[in-house]
Amino acid sequence: MTLNRRDFLKVSGAGAAVALTGCATQSAPTVAKANPHVVIVGAGFGGATCAKYLRQWGPNIEVTLIEPNDKFVSCPISNWVLGGLKTMDDITHSYDNLPKRGIKMVKDYVVGVDTSKRVLMLKGGSTISYDRLVLAPGVEIMTDFVKGFREAEAEGKVVHAWKAGAQTALLRKQLEAMPDGGVFVMSVPAAPYRCPPGPYERACTVANYFKKAKPKSKIILLDGNPDVASKPGLFKGAWKDLYPGMIDYRPNNLPYAVDGKTMVVTTEFDDVKGDVLNVVPRQKAGQVCEMAGVRTDSNGIWCPVNLATFESTSVPNVHIIGDSVLSNLPKSGHMATNHAKVCAAAIVELFAGRQPDPIPVVANTCYSAVSDTQAGYVANVFRLEGEKGYVSQPEGGATAKGDELNFAYAESWAQNIWAEVLG
Amino acid sequence: MTIKTITLSLAACAGFGLAGIAGAADMHTQSISSTCMSCHGPGGKSLGAIPSIGGLDKDYFVKQMKDFKSGARQGTIMKRHAAGYTDAEFEAMGAYFATLK
Repeated sequence: MTLNRRDFLKVSGAGAAVALTGCATQSAPTVAKANPHVVIVGAGFGGATCAKYLRQWGPNIEVTLIEPNDKFVSCPISNWVLGGLKTMDDITHSYDNLPKRGIKMVKDYVVGVDTSKRVLMLKGGSTISYDRLVLAPGVEIMTDFVKGFREAEAEGKVVHAWKAGAQTALLRKQLEAMPDGGVFVMSVPAAPYRCPPGPYERACTVANYFKKAKPKSKIILLDGNPDVASKPGLFKGAWKDLYPGMIDYRPNNLPYAVDGKTMVVTTEFDDVKGDVLNVVPRQKAGQVCEMAGVRTDSNGIWCPVNLATFESTSVPNVHIIGDSVLSNLPKSGHMATNHAKVCAAAIVELFAGRQPDPIPVVANTCYSAVSDTQAGYVANVFRLEGEKGYVSQPEGGATAKGDELNFAYAESWAQNIWAEVLG
Repeated sequence: MTIKTITLSLAACAGFGLAGIAGAADMHTQSISSTCMSCHGPGGKSLGAIPSIGGLDKDYFVKQMKDFKSGARQGTIMKRHAAGYTDAEFEAMGAYFATLK
């Protein structure tokens, strides 16, 4: 540490103030067990990172990570798979390195949470007790919200592909099978949803593929928002300059029904027919958050937390990180890794009987490809400023135009964050 | 952070033991430094085009961050990040990354 006395006072003093205001919703630091046990649900960007840093910063802490999937499949770069720039293998990674860090991996589903006894029930029949629980389930897709979606999805006709995996591979196959001159209809849910720029990047990478492989094809982009919700200059510029006449962007067009037999998406205004349909319904905090009783915002959609510790404001000793959190922070994999680090640091301090850092800083960095050679970014630093919550710092923002250098950085970013989370 | 926040914060500081606060400050440095690694790779060792920052000389690190913040050094994304941190944090992060050889 090289903070001088004045800086030290700035940091520690400001910190204490937030800690005080946070007291109402923060369980007390506990100096108790020699080897406290943290159970983490979900080994995505947030959960795996939290496990890693808990072991790094609190070597005495026992960490169990529950994840039903065999492999990590990255949502970031999955749009590149849809556009044919990358393969499923490129975005699929093993969990093999996590046990080497002393993390106990359990392949199972959580089917119940008793937060008074601090016990999780697993589908396999076993139970696991915890001192602190970290929920990192990502989003639950509200498939009932679009009439007919669930049936069309079950028949493999229409997918959201908003969780990378089998649906990503299926959507890519549908796009490959589509004839030249076909119409690809995709939708954007009303914000907030996972990965704000994701739908617009997807329109770009698919348009790049169409331009090369089937140039008479069209994309109809039905947006539940009044305008492009992220990096509007970057995406609208790319659509105009790189794919003139190919992308029909329709704001304020939220789909409320889809029919996988007639291949029609219905909005308030139109019936839109397509050859490939990609409907992305709205989302909420993962189901395990409901089991733990922490999906407690006014609509029962997201999880309010103490923003210095990511502990639920409703249930003590339960922390939530990543997309499921109610906040102004963008729902991204990158942001989830930053939630994870702040949460891990707080848990280490709480177990040690100390006050957690009350002025944490989180940053978001998000690259989006607009073609197979160009990308742009959005970046923001957010500092926790007491009751104001996380405040976006000056100079945060997005590029207005994609370029080759940022495409190279986007590829490097993906390699680095995968190594950071799983390595 | 505004002056008002700092003043209010200092007033509220009295209730806490120094030991706990010192721990928090140290964890603050580790936590903010770890945020860099989501782009620059674990330990600041990068794969690919993004530069590595692990093991950089502290004074060099601090100067680059100040120059990104002021605009004296042109870059792509770093001005947006550098603007979010204080000079004291640059010093603390620089000292930390210098240890990651």
